[in-house]
Amino acid sequence: MSTEVLRKPSRPGPHRGGEGGGEPGGDGNGRGGPEVFFDPGRFGLWLFLATLSMMFVGFTSAYMVRRLAPDWTPLRPPGLLWINTAVLLLSSATLEAARRRLRGWNPAGVSPWLTATGALGALFVAGQLAAWRVLAARGYFLSGSPHNSFFYMLSGIHGLHLLVGLVWFAVVLVKARRLAYTPGEADGLGMFATYWHFLTGLWIYLLLLLFVL
Amino acid sequence: MTDMAHAPEAHAAEAHAHAEEAFIWKYVFSKNHRVIGIQYYVTAMVMALVAGLLAMLIRLQLAWPQRDWGVLAKLFPMGYDVGGGFGVMRPEFYAMLFTMHGTIMVFFVLSTAPVSGFGNILIPLQAGARDMAFPFLNGLSYWTFFVGCVVILSSFFVGAGAAAGGWTAYPPLSALKGAVPGSETGQTFWIIGMVFFIASFTMGGLNFVTTIINLRTKGLTPLRMPMTLWAMFLVAVLGLLAFPALVAACLMLIFDRHFGTSFFLPTGLVLNNVPLLGPDGKTFLHQGGSPLLWQHLFWFLGHPEVYILMLPALGFTSDILVTFARKPLFGYKSMVGALWAIAGLSFIVWGHHMFVSGMNPYLGMAFAVGTILIAVPSAVKVFNWLATLRGARIRFNTPMLWAVGVVSLFISGGLSGVWLAQSAPDIQLHDTMFVAAHFHLIMAGAALFGVFGATSYWFPKMFGRMMNDTLGKAHFWFTFVTYYGTFFPMHYIGIAGHLRRIYDPYQYEFLKPLQPINQLITISALILGSSQILFFVNFFWSAFAGKKATENPWQANGLEWTTASPPPHGNWPGPIPEVHRWPYEYANPDFPKDHVMQHEPLTAAEMEVKAAEGPSRHEH
Amino acid sequence: MGRLQGLLFALATVALVVLATFYFTRPWLPPLKSDRIAIDHAIWLSLVVTGAVFILTNLLLAYFSWRYQDDGRTRAAYWHHNPRLEWSWTLVTALIMCTFLFKALNLWAAVNAEPPADAMLIEVTGQQFAWNVRYPGPDGMLGRTDHLLASQENPIGLDKSDPHAADDVLLLNQLYLPQDRAVRVQVRSMDVIHSFFLPNFRVKQDALPGMTVQIWFTPKETGDFEIACAEHCGLGHYRMRGQVHVVPVAQFDKALADAAVQ
Repeated sequence: MSTEVLRKPSRPGPHRGGEGGGEPGGDGNGRGGPEVFFDPGRFGLWLFLATLSMMFVGFTSAYMVRRLAPDWTPLRPPGLLWINTAVLLLSSATLEAARRRLRGWNPAGVSPWLTATGALGALFVAGQLAAWRVLAARGYFLSGSPHNSFFYMLSGIHGLHLLVGLVWFAVVLVKARRLAYTPGEADGLGMFATYWHFLTGLWIYLLLLLFVL
Repeated sequence: MTDMAHAPEAHAAEAHAHAEEAFIWKYVFSKNHRVIGIQYYVTAMVMALVAGLLAMLIRLQLAWPQRDWGVLAKLFPMGYDVGGGFGVMRPEFYAMLFTMHGTIMVFFVLSTAPVSGFGNILIPLQAGARDMAFPFLNGLSYWTFFVGCVVILSSFFVGAGAAAGGWTAYPPLSALKGAVPGSETGQTFWIIGMVFFIASFTMGGLNFVTTIINLRTKGLTPLRMPMTLWAMFLVAVLGLLAFPALVAACLMLIFDRHFGTSFFLPTGLVLNNVPLLGPDGKTFLHQGGSPLLWQHLFWFLGHPEVYILMLPALGFTSDILVTFARKPLFGYKSMVGALWAIAGLSFIVWGHHMFVSGMNPYLGMAFAVGTILIAVPSAVKVFNWLATLRGARIRFNTPMLWAVGVVSLFISGGLSGVWLAQSAPDIQLHDTMFVAAHFHLIMAGAALFGVFGATSYWFPKMFGRMMNDTLGKAHFWFTFVTYYGTFFPMHYIGIAGHLRRIYDPYQYEFLKPLQPINQLITISALILGSSQILFFVNFFWSAFAGKKATENPWQANGLEWTTASPPPHGNWPGPIPEVHRWPYEYANPDFPKDHVMQHEPLTAAEMEVKAAEGPSRHEH
Repeated sequence: MGRLQGLLFALATVALVVLATFYFTRPWLPPLKSDRIAIDHAIWLSLVVTGAVFILTNLLLAYFSWRYQDDGRTRAAYWHHNPRLEWSWTLVTALIMCTFLFKALNLWAAVNAEPPADAMLIEVTGQQFAWNVRYPGPDGMLGRTDHLLASQENPIGLDKSDPHAADDVLLLNQLYLPQDRAVRVQVRSMDVIHSFFLPNFRVKQDALPGMTVQIWFTPKETGDFEIACAEHCGLGHYRMRGQVHVVPVAQFDKALADAAVQ
């Protein structure tokens, strides 16, 4: 189902659909088609990310309130976290490289970069698990202090979303290998990239919130 | 996620192929918006039966608390003490009743039937789309909701029973397993059920917003949208922005309950005179959390949630009122503006649930400001409705009765909000039956009446048949009179100090004189409950054997009335109609007909006027 | 179909207005025994203003539904906007609401103002399902509490080693108040959230674990009244009942001492 959609010409753009036949499928006769302002899939994804952001706004406000309590003892982040962050940033960069190959009419060059993205993503998850182990070995457990609780919970939720991203990555990779993406435009990759970069940004935000601010 | 971009236009071509689909794909795991809408609707009505039954038990208890209910004790062995031949309700069962009544009614009935049910049925039809933007996601959202329902219902049968911490689930009561029996496994089921519900509602919201923004037919500019479509749009936005806060809160509550964290649990908890110590046996298990934090997160969702229940009913009411008044909606733009204002203000008023919570009094002031201001757009809506009725030619069919019923409830329930919004009178009224009267009239009542009105009005588009008008009217009158009979006297006992959520009010001397009023309320509630049988009989009988409906049985103007009843797969067999005017063109003296539908092209005379007025004034 | 439905709806609405007006003007509030008469006034003002709006809008609704029914011959008026009318009812509503707001904020500020310096200190600690009442005794200072010390015999965890603790007076579910003297009550909780509600005194304050909230008021009339728990706090919520005894200041110390002996 998705392939045929992904092969559609790029997003209809902000013009009122139905006039210029922006929707090739239309309803068969070019009249009275929907007024398409944005590509629905992309728009839906952005809405979803907005919703996800609101959840983290909720966590942020809880964190701010909780940090004011008198028993707040800060947690020192393990150095591994900074390495993990670099890995995640790198994975976003390789993803952009893959998209550049696609845009530059080099579909064969896409999958190596894409593979690197997924591998780095997996490495990040492994690194996060390792960071948890490091902390646990030092005696910092989930319920030990509020700061611990927030760190474990937020990094865990972020990690779960990244695992979902990795499943999506697998789908995208298979398609890229089959050269299912039309060179010159980056629709399918674009949605995946939006999600992936969102998670990178989210992690950096969480890191700043938990350990820098 | 990539599958979300399913092109709805493809459905028209596929329509004939779908006809041969197996039953299970057509009616069970359907991706058709109308089928999904009906699934949502019917499931919500089944949940309403359950929650309504719980309410009846609550009312019996409040009227005759120490009475021996032998039959009930046999029906609900977990809820009644049967030792010594007695059938007296257990207090923990009572707590489960009001907790689950509230939870099921607010989320699984009154958010679901109007929003997920009628939203799915109506949005593509009113917007002129073949289906929702993401049909697969839509089907998934229904089944996610279904799992949520199963989880919530099954919580009655686990461990010590269902959640008993109130529908607001305030910690520490909901977090400490020893605080109340329902806070054992029942509360965990409650949280899981809620997370499923929220996931489903989010998927639905993505669909609603995307469909309304992206898939409107040509000519359907925002200021030509019917009020129902506006309400659905705002409701979806509210849901998307507000529910995530509750997900965050639920996750933290799970961590507090199961993993020993202290997000909501303060230092120094002592249960039954025994300090709750950590593993070291010297210090408290929980340290420094804030119970108020849960309340803030909960009500940040909870208040917009109230409007999620109500806005669709306000939309239905506007649409129905106009059709049966045969007169244009008065003040269309201010009606849209009022919806926006209510939706916007709903995000900054949550603290009015917390005036006596111990929150900083200055915050209380800020929340009182927003809350009192919300009366302005609400009043505008009432005045516009009244002005719509002035000079009308009203036809009192069943849908119209429900619509004027909503107006009546909106007035009655809204005005008591002015009392509660002032933080100082709220000191006396908070957590009394006055509040129960207020929200049952305005939120629950308006939403319920809105759903009943919408059901009888759009029944042709659901099942291709008409509901029986006589049965419908009988149902309305029984419901209308007993609804007021049940909830209006709660104002009085509330002012007299009658507490909410109380198993036996007559433990208190000052509440003893109120027992006769409670008995009156209970009798009214029992009639209210039993008269819903009329609705269910009418619903199922009409769905299978009602009079066949024509395309536009009410002579209404919206796009949904330009296609067959029920609409075929893809909604219009031919091209999607274009929109040329607003949906409320009734009684225009320039036309020979009494009403002009949205898709009818402008006449030559109208074109001239439009050209003279310039391009910016195009909506009427 | 005739005009029966519209007539019925109009009659039902008029009946609602009559009944509501009759019953709302009964004296439902529990008799006031404290200085918080301003709250009663605010409630009465709300009743008068919203009552007027209730009567007016409902009578219009009733009249319109009866008067403007379809006759099958003529058309409705084509009347769907009137900016002047719309703006005026919006502004009038806003004005009324701003008046309410102004009064409400002033009253809220007065209720939450600092207590008088000579206010008598009382501590009320909720637990499942009782109210622990504590007076500081002659030294005027409440002894230290430590929840780690809490036990069956010492439900609020009073630290007996603290010199201020020795003369503290502890009562269970009995609250003695002096007439005409301001009291400031520190509301706390040991376990879950309770709500300290004195219906006759227009006092309600949630008792939160981990937090102490102070309220103050002045009892005005002597007599025995009730304490209720207004926040659902578990299966015994309904019986978390206490008693308030307001006594003349002159007899207060003796009444308290007698109660403590029991």
